[in-house]
Amino acid sequence: MSATQTVKPWQLKVQGLTKIYGAYNERSVQLTGPKYDTNICPETNSIVACADIDFELFPGEVLGIVGESGSGKSTIVKQLYFDLENTAGAAFLAKYGEGDINILRESNAKKRFIRNQLMGMVYQNPREGLNFLFSSGGNIAEKLLMAGEFHVGKIRQRASTLLERTEVPTARMDDSPNHFSGGMQQRVQIAKAIANNPPILFLDEVTTGLDVSVQAKVLDMIRELQRDLHISMLVVSHDLSVIRMLTDRTLVMKNGRIVERGLTDQILQDPQHAYTQLLVSSLL
Amino acid sequence: MIEAKKFQRSYNYAFIDEATKKEIRRKLLKAVCIPGYQVPYSSPEMPIARGWGTGGLHITLAIIGREDVLKVIDQGSDASVNACNLRDFIQSTAECAVTFDALEASIIQTRHRITEERLRADQIMVFQVPLPEPLRDVEPYEKKTREMHAEMDYAKMWVSLYEAYVQYGALMDGAGYPVMVNGRYIMSPSPIPRWDVPNLHDSDCIYLFGAGREKRLYAIPPHTQVQPLEFEDVRFHIERFLGTPCAHTGEELAFLDELYNDQGEKSHVINDSNYLDKLQAGEVVFQHINPYLTQIKDERNANR
Amino acid sequence: MEKILEVKGLEKQFLLHILNDKKILALNDIHLTLHRGEMIGLVGKSGSGKSTLMKCLYRTYLASAGQIVFFSDSLGPIDLIQADDHSILQLRKKEITYCAQFLSVIPRVSAVDVVAAGLYGRALPDGDSAQAAARSLLARLELAPDLWDAYPATFSGGEQQRVNVAKALIANPRLLLIDEPTASLDQKTKDIVIDLILELKAQGAAVLVISHDAYTLDRLCDRQIELKNGKIESPIYP
Repeated sequence: MSATQTVKPWQLKVQGLTKIYGAYNERSVQLTGPKYDTNICPETNSIVACADIDFELFPGEVLGIVGESGSGKSTIVKQLYFDLENTAGAAFLAKYGEGDINILRESNAKKRFIRNQLMGMVYQNPREGLNFLFSSGGNIAEKLLMAGEFHVGKIRQRASTLLERTEVPTARMDDSPNHFSGGMQQRVQIAKAIANNPPILFLDEVTTGLDVSVQAKVLDMIRELQRDLHISMLVVSHDLSVIRMLTDRTLVMKNGRIVERGLTDQILQDPQHAYTQLLVSSLL
Repeated sequence: MIEAKKFQRSYNYAFIDEATKKEIRRKLLKAVCIPGYQVPYSSPEMPIARGWGTGGLHITLAIIGREDVLKVIDQGSDASVNACNLRDFIQSTAECAVTFDALEASIIQTRHRITEERLRADQIMVFQVPLPEPLRDVEPYEKKTREMHAEMDYAKMWVSLYEAYVQYGALMDGAGYPVMVNGRYIMSPSPIPRWDVPNLHDSDCIYLFGAGREKRLYAIPPHTQVQPLEFEDVRFHIERFLGTPCAHTGEELAFLDELYNDQGEKSHVINDSNYLDKLQAGEVVFQHINPYLTQIKDERNANR
Repeated sequence: MEKILEVKGLEKQFLLHILNDKKILALNDIHLTLHRGEMIGLVGKSGSGKSTLMKCLYRTYLASAGQIVFFSDSLGPIDLIQADDHSILQLRKKEITYCAQFLSVIPRVSAVDVVAAGLYGRALPDGDSAQAAARSLLARLELAPDLWDAYPATFSGGEQQRVNVAKALIANPRLLLIDEPTASLDQKTKDIVIDLILELKAQGAAVLVISHDAYTLDRLCDRQIELKNGKIESPIYP
């Protein structure tokens, strides 16, 4: 045991995360952002989707990222889940290499391992997170198989437990999610995301586009799961009421930068930054 | 040079020109070095259409010599039309001897079956393969399947087996059961019946696979680990013919065809025609030995 | 008596960018010391800054200047204004509880679950569950049992207040910040709530209470502080 080994207090640490589309120069980041009210670099026309993103996610905590379209909030999560390749910056997971390895630079095989066992992701569009050619049980089975579970009986047992937990009727375990309602598709996605008990769950606008009553059910489920499983969550939403309901802390984003960060109740009741004040006052 | 009688045109020995033969041989070497990996190759034009065995033909013509003894079978039969045509073509362009005897041949080109008899270290079996990509059903894009093989990312394949089991109660009923070769690549063994799949494992002979239409070659060198894909609790099994012996020989421990006569009566006959001939002539045969077959043998002996 | 909270020079100014950078000075030069087992009442007219002060202490509002030193069990003496968000969350879970003036209604969570949530993250007594503790507290507060599994959104003011208070009291905090605990309650329930708070105080908790009700203040407080226009007018001793 090395004398310098320390247990990291955080579950996820992000440092200087940056994503730029197109050819950029050394001034592209400086010339964009909330100060200039744009993501587009005037010199190179590159798009700075997000830049200099730093934050930590602690065990059992829910961190919200709120912002409007073009704020860069989804871009952050997509990079962390390896759907997008980052331009610069690093991310560290406490449960991977003791938090000393930049996961964004790992090999594809290692990224697959991280994605499968240490992270869960729920997309806004269920078609991104689920394979509609497989049954809902099969989608969950995929995660279990990739984690090395090759016993069909055990796979089905676990899949049916997860579906029960997310209130999807187990009678539909062998049906494709194709014919499920939007809310049920999301719940299957959630079941799949937590299949391997990952320490971190990413939720990217998961209730946007759903009917209000359905939204409510999905949000309640997420809240209960968080309470029961103590998973750390990163909740991306443009909807402040979702943020209010689910999160402990919040990051407010505009034009690819974090403009304010703080406890969720403080952000909602005592916003400091002009943009946050605008957002909060825009709540219907 | 061979003088072709019909058109008075000269062809190279074994039809294919030497440069192309060299290319095919090099690709075959690569295939043998990476068991189960699909190697792209030139797949030159042949005087038969794609889908009729050009891949197998490419391999056979690239490796054959005048001293070779050739056997060609089509679903176990030496006498079928296609087998005859291929055999005549290869014999006339390679000027080699031909045989029906599996143990006499040095090269055996086959469509959809392995011989019932176990081949020796000095023999080569060449498979005609229609669809070399075992992942095609779960992933339509070639780019993605290549990535999946490169990264050993076979999750989708496993899920499709799970789904098949859940929907139909069996992992896979038909031919072309996917196998894991050398613990690394998932491979399609061509549409051979499940009966033949265990005989790919730890062989003495070399197995070469050619898919002409898809332009891929792959190989299983001798003594390679070849495992059918299965789950811990749902396992691979071969066909069973106990209780339906061959009508001519009474044999239950060989792969049998199910035949119906004009009156609608069902009978079973050994599929491998050379094996059937040998048994009927009372000759000694050297059948494959594998644990699945042994298990059925034991069962049969226990029932007697 | 052991100090639990020490406030020095606390100032809160709101800077409203959306109102053309209008400034509102809500609190000015606040000093306050609270000891274990001590209860201080905050009094003053509406708008004098009482709730603002409490929210600053809970970090719902970001103070503009000054110090709020909390003598924590787990983190030692810590300035709540400078502390990072994660530490504040830990303190809120384990040591500091804030009970707002009105119940913050979270949709579709039953009364029992709202109260039980107050125990989230804390060790429970053996053989007990958060649900059972919540139910017994609601029973004590005389909330009708058939409301326990209902959603508080449709409760009356008094019923909501009972749930609100129960949620704050259930977790035995070291520092309790409670805003108008007995408003909208009848006399009998007032007494029950006051008794519960006194029990908490007897166990060593420090309490800061805002109230307009003289009876409540009388029964609860060791001393009172009056706020006027965001400044401390005078400490009042009973």
